[in-house]
Amino acid sequence: MDAIFAEKLTKTFKDVTAVDAVSFTVPEGELFGLLGPNGAGKTTTINILSTLLHPTSGSAFVGGHDVRRSRDNVRKTIGIVFQDPALDGKLTGRENLEFHAMMYGLGREERRRRIDDVLALVELTDRARTLVEKYSGGMKRRLEIARGLIHRPKVLFLDEPTLGLDAQTRRHIWDYIKKLNREHHVTIVLTTHYMEEADILCDRIAIMDHGKFVALDTPARLKDILGGDVVNMEIEGSAAALESELRTLSWIKTLGLHDGVLTMTMEKGERRIPELITLAQARGATVACVHLRKPSLEDVFLHFTGSTIREREADARPSRPMGGGPHGPGRR
Amino acid sequence: MINRPAVFMLWLREMKRFSRSKSRIIGSLIMPLFFLGFLGLGFNRMAVPGVAPGVDYLKFLVPGIIGMTLLFSSTMQGLSVLWDREFGFLKEIMVAPVSRLSIVLGRLAGGVTTSLIQALLILAISIVLGFRVRGWTDLVVALAFMLLISFTFIGLGLIFASRMRDIQGFGLVMNFIIFPLFFLSGAFYPLSNLPWFVRSLSYVDPLTYGIDGLRGAMIRSSTHSLVFNLAVLAGFAFLMTSLGAFFFEKSESV
Repeated sequence: MDAIFAEKLTKTFKDVTAVDAVSFTVPEGELFGLLGPNGAGKTTTINILSTLLHPTSGSAFVGGHDVRRSRDNVRKTIGIVFQDPALDGKLTGRENLEFHAMMYGLGREERRRRIDDVLALVELTDRARTLVEKYSGGMKRRLEIARGLIHRPKVLFLDEPTLGLDAQTRRHIWDYIKKLNREHHVTIVLTTHYMEEADILCDRIAIMDHGKFVALDTPARLKDILGGDVVNMEIEGSAAALESELRTLSWIKTLGLHDGVLTMTMEKGERRIPELITLAQARGATVACVHLRKPSLEDVFLHFTGSTIREREADARPSRPMGGGPHGPGRR
Repeated sequence: MINRPAVFMLWLREMKRFSRSKSRIIGSLIMPLFFLGFLGLGFNRMAVPGVAPGVDYLKFLVPGIIGMTLLFSSTMQGLSVLWDREFGFLKEIMVAPVSRLSIVLGRLAGGVTTSLIQALLILAISIVLGFRVRGWTDLVVALAFMLLISFTFIGLGLIFASRMRDIQGFGLVMNFIIFPLFFLSGAFYPLSNLPWFVRSLSYVDPLTYGIDGLRGAMIRSSTHSLVFNLAVLAGFAFLMTSLGAFFFEKSESV
């Protein structure tokens, strides 16, 4: 049975379609990633799957339970770590976990044992008696991940699990996530706008943009779509003439121009560089720098959406006022 | 349908939060105490028209101030859903596999307990200022009224909290709903002193019956009979908590 099955899932807030007829399945045990810029609809998708929002249309099943009709069964099946902290700062770390364990109906002995376990897992045992309002951002995140595990969910949703964390804590959390998935066979759905995170962790990735899935495959196959190597060539002055000439060449598979940098994909890139430089000189363009690398998910994103994820986020920002709008307060 | 561990846990959370916010407790007692101290002692020797002969103003005022304390603390408790939404904790509550009714009951239990503690603290201070409770039966009847007042206004707070997206509307609710309810209730003065058109509004204010009932129980001087006050207030309490639960169930949590 599939852990998640969604068909034409749609959510509309007033005049904004946050999730637009998305269909996908996640088999049990998979680590599935939703990758996209802020405002792409990742969090809304997770909120629907976790019963926090009603879908406007379409259907979704989590662990075989309908998110519209048997919400309590869905809730029993899942664990969720929210993007913004959802902890009570006036309670201690341990009390936050106690609260959770009681809400999920665990008995006294089991509560104590599992809380000890998860506290040890995220290395917060010695801070368990501190009020959460005194925790650092990384500690809060770890506590939330611990909380998501207490009731042993079959499906765990992680919404931007490493947002705003330092590199060391991030690696730490990646290790937990992998371990959970491999050793405890928890199906995990995570959202992220970090390419590296998606690439390292996920079995399959859905690239999401403007509420739609623009691509869905394994990281390796997504990168293969581009074919071969990525060559970046920085041009001083106008690159327009050169760009139009390059477009006529059959061995250049994809081509984009951003801020004076030509991004191309091709096979055997290292052998094509001299030719590219000769062409540039013939068109009167000065090559400032050439860079060759294997394709990353960033390139895949660029290929499918026509812009980089950073450009998307810069575009998205002015239209998304802080703490308001259809996405609720404090959402990023 | 009712998940008792969840109700208990929500209640316990409220108790812990309450006991850890000393400033909140002191803050919530300061205003009623000022009213009680300055109005009560200041007007004590004056004859306020409409107050029954033999009842001095401090005596008349104490049930009013207790009603006021319950009005404010209970409404705040109902509205605290907004703060949970603001700080994200509401999501943690809402994804839990417990019926929405259990969540409402847990909130009611926590809210009623903290409101009653505050009201009883005011009563204790009144006794220090010279107020006398006649006996245990009076206190029990008064407690029943306090309980019903608290349920009514937690319900009201819950209705507003479920209909509002964020805490921006909080001031509006306070100024346009809570303060009018307070002034119309006759907490400071006998309603017979108000012009008839204002007085007719008082009759749709649940707090009017709560405070009149408290006066009946505590100083044996009320406009309506105890039974009438109790019945009307119980009706309001049932209506408000049901509506509060209904709207809370309907609201989306993110």
